[in-house]
Amino acid sequence: MAKTTRRLFLAAAGTLAAPGLIRAQGTQPIRIGEINSYTTLPAFTIPYRNGWQLRVEQINAAGGVLGRPLEVIWRDDAGRPQDAVRLAGELLDAERVDLLAGTFFSHIGLAVSDFALQRRRLFVAAEPLTDALVWEKGNRYTFRLRPSTYMQAAMLVEEAAKLPARRWVTVAPNYEYGQSAVKWFKQLLSARRPDVEFVAEQWPALGRIDAGATVTALAQARPDAIYNVTFGADLTNFVRQGNTRGLFERRTVVSLLTGEPEYLDPLGDETPEGWIVTGYPWDQVNTPEHAAFRSAYQQRFNDYPRLGSVVGYDTITAIAEAIKRAGSLDTERLVEAMRGLPFQSPFGRCIFRAIDHQSTLGAFVGKTALRGGRGTMVDWRYADGANYLPPDDEVRRMRPQTT
Amino acid sequence: MDFLLVQFLTGLANASALFLIASGLTVIFGVTRVVNFAHGSFYMLGAYLAWTIVRALWEWGGREPWLFVSGLLLAALAVGAIGALVEMILLRRIYRAPELFQLLATFGVVLIVQDVTLALWGPEDLPLPRPRWLRAFVEVAGERFPLYDLILIFVGPVVLGLLWLLFQRTRFGILVRAATQDREMVAALGVDQRALFTGVFFLGSALAGLGGAIVLPSQNANLQMDLAIIAEAFVVVVVGGMGSVPGAFLASLLIAEVQAFGIVLVPKATLVLVFLVMAAVLMVRPYGLLGRPQAHARAPTGSVAPVIRAAPGVLKIAGAIALALAAAAPLYAGPYALTVLIELVVFILFAASLHLLMGPGGVVSFGHAAYFGLGAYGAALGVRFLAVPMEAGLVLAPLLAGLFGVVFGWFVVRLSGVYLAMLTLAFAQIVWAAAFQWVELTGGDNGILGVWPSPWARDKALFLWLALVLCLGATLLLRRAIYAPFGYALRAARDSELRAEAIGLDAARLRLVAFVLAAVAAGIAGGVYAYAKGSVFPTYISIPKSVDALLMVLLGGVQTVSGPIVGAVAFHGLFLTLLQWVEWWRAALGLAIVALVLAFPEGIAGFVQRRWEARFGAAS
Repeated sequence: MAKTTRRLFLAAAGTLAAPGLIRAQGTQPIRIGEINSYTTLPAFTIPYRNGWQLRVEQINAAGGVLGRPLEVIWRDDAGRPQDAVRLAGELLDAERVDLLAGTFFSHIGLAVSDFALQRRRLFVAAEPLTDALVWEKGNRYTFRLRPSTYMQAAMLVEEAAKLPARRWVTVAPNYEYGQSAVKWFKQLLSARRPDVEFVAEQWPALGRIDAGATVTALAQARPDAIYNVTFGADLTNFVRQGNTRGLFERRTVVSLLTGEPEYLDPLGDETPEGWIVTGYPWDQVNTPEHAAFRSAYQQRFNDYPRLGSVVGYDTITAIAEAIKRAGSLDTERLVEAMRGLPFQSPFGRCIFRAIDHQSTLGAFVGKTALRGGRGTMVDWRYADGANYLPPDDEVRRMRPQTT
Repeated sequence: MDFLLVQFLTGLANASALFLIASGLTVIFGVTRVVNFAHGSFYMLGAYLAWTIVRALWEWGGREPWLFVSGLLLAALAVGAIGALVEMILLRRIYRAPELFQLLATFGVVLIVQDVTLALWGPEDLPLPRPRWLRAFVEVAGERFPLYDLILIFVGPVVLGLLWLLFQRTRFGILVRAATQDREMVAALGVDQRALFTGVFFLGSALAGLGGAIVLPSQNANLQMDLAIIAEAFVVVVVGGMGSVPGAFLASLLIAEVQAFGIVLVPKATLVLVFLVMAAVLMVRPYGLLGRPQAHARAPTGSVAPVIRAAPGVLKIAGAIALALAAAAPLYAGPYALTVLIELVVFILFAASLHLLMGPGGVVSFGHAAYFGLGAYGAALGVRFLAVPMEAGLVLAPLLAGLFGVVFGWFVVRLSGVYLAMLTLAFAQIVWAAAFQWVELTGGDNGILGVWPSPWARDKALFLWLALVLCLGATLLLRRAIYAPFGYALRAARDSELRAEAIGLDAARLRLVAFVLAAVAAGIAGGVYAYAKGSVFPTYISIPKSVDALLMVLLGGVQTVSGPIVGAVAFHGLFLTLLQWVEWWRAALGLAIVALVLAFPEGIAGFVQRRWEARFGAAS
């Protein structure tokens, strides 16, 4: 039976058919409703979709969960929170899914999370980074997989504090993610190094950086070090202007997410060397778990995994483990099972913390380097997410404790 | 001092790229009066095509400056050809449709191009490796300045000079200038308008393509380029004066320099800076820096808008049946269908409120989402800070929207045509930026959560009835206003402001009242929407939301009273179905819009009305 399901699923996934429902004969599949910004951010969400597809196929080939195959019914939210909320309703009411998962943008993650609270259904947020999702706006029904803005900033602060640099400048996209990333970095670094000062900041609009002017304005402040949060098209633009205008010479740059292949690869042969970054050196992590994941992924998609692929893969792993642990699909029991749930990621063992529903999935911290005209990470280490979260009483203060 | 010089030069370099895009847009608008939303798509195509062409030439020495530049020019020509093709297959067929209707078609093109680009070039950003000479720099006042930026500084003036030669010294150019001033007269003199328009589209699109190609050495070709540039390009065109190429040049200098220095002085203002400049310029010079008042445009077909008559009995019966079916929906439809129905009802009011402005008012708003969003935020802020129940939130919503309607409307109604539309856009962007950036008040882009209905209205059926009463009630009141003496006066002011004022009507005041009414109605829609969704985000105020409203009204038909209702149902229904069931939904939606535009050049309701009247005669 599982085999039939798998073949059906493969057929559908292979042709990338319309997001319809694929029903197995006989055994009713466990239905996961998944929402993401597939058309808005295809560069990130398609590797992510590959990741969860791979995991669903693996689990179903091994006999499914509780003897039932998994089935993911996915929807494109077009990058709009209002549509994501409607689709979440559609998945619950019309498609009768057992739980919700997915989302990339923070505001969409928050909208679905609040909807999940209202409807009292489980929501496993995959990619959104905002801290609010588990802290200020955290709720009983929402769990988040990816290491948050705070965690990634904390990982970089650890390295930044070791630098002799005192005069810092920051550049970040002008929205919540950029603001939080800068706020935490400043706060945590100042706590460790009271002697540092932040002498200038730049807030380019997302996707519309005026790179030449931004670079000159930063250089004008004569900093020792730069903290960068821009990514994507803005980052390329910033790096190229910075390279030509010499902004990065004799200065250390600490940069959030830049080591993720999604952001590093487009820099090509202009990848600056020696930036301290968080990321994912997919070609160098050779732990047995990761090697197995990588070869399965490459075999299945004829492409290398991105960070999103790991997130998609782990989302399904975590959901499957939770269902196993709960032994049922009842939401309240699933929520109890998710709290403190251990699961095996290609990055290593993680848990979903009971205190704030954040997973301890970590990231790799290292330096950028150029190898054969491509950017890569060197001197990296895995930073376990569990070590980069605030003390428990601080978490309790930030997170509403009624739920 | 050195720093100021370098920053100034950087601004000049940015101005060049901006000017290329804006000059193309302004030429197209000046001659064809088409508000070309697809201009950003041509810019994006320019970048992608340049990437492909230059990469293809790589093996044969594509890194060398002359071949590199030829590659960029080739890309521009290719985009020009695509633009001309779009004009020939699509826009040419709908020039006779009501003004602004072409906007709808160009928006369809935007959607199609987005998916075609994704299909052809894939999802990832495409960087063009910079050859060595592009990485060079020169020393300016002791600072490094990229050689390429230095070259860019000269590109703008050179293109301006070439355009000047083209417009002053060639027959084509003279005809273009003549058509910009009075295209009916040019047609009457026997000039082939078709060839002229196609030529203009080729020129304008090629300029956009060149703009996209020349930014490639500094940034990736990516799928967000089109929408990132289009608003800014419109700002430059409007600040410069629609149709004026030197104006566009001046405005791009102004905007680029304001940005270059603005980020030094107020780094956080990046989101609104250009819109603040535009609002300020339009308040002082209503036709832009070098623009002239638009010559009194003659109606394209020589007829004024049709008289609005009372709906025929059949329509009233059909409306009553539809209303009864909607109200009875909880008896036969599932919860998801009810959710969709609530959204539809909200959008009907949203579209109807914009229609009051666009149809009877003759006031085209590009920023109507501001009032929808203000309504939603009115309710959400009430919940967040005053913890008011839903009933009070639904009162706050239209209040806040109406308040801003008065303030903004006071400035807006003094303008006309596209300038007016752009001022509404500027105000909407300022409101959007406030919602986006004033984190303490609005929660920024993370929005305000937990805006759920009072316990009695939690039930889907009850909320649907509430939405029906509020939204359709308001829609019917708007309809009533159109048939009231106020509506007649408003239409008189639209059709002939001079004659209306001669008989004692205060045109500006009438429009202001209509503006506030529309804002209040949109505010009600926004308030209901907030409670239906449970959360409020700045996206409710964003440009795409305003475009949605425009599409609904245009699709339904501007000159019929039922147009917005039909348009809202058609557009939202189409969007929902395609989003949910078609992977390439953007291309499908774009094609559907284009097909509808070609099939129903007066909008769907307009088409039905015409056929009805042809068959049964006009109701009296």
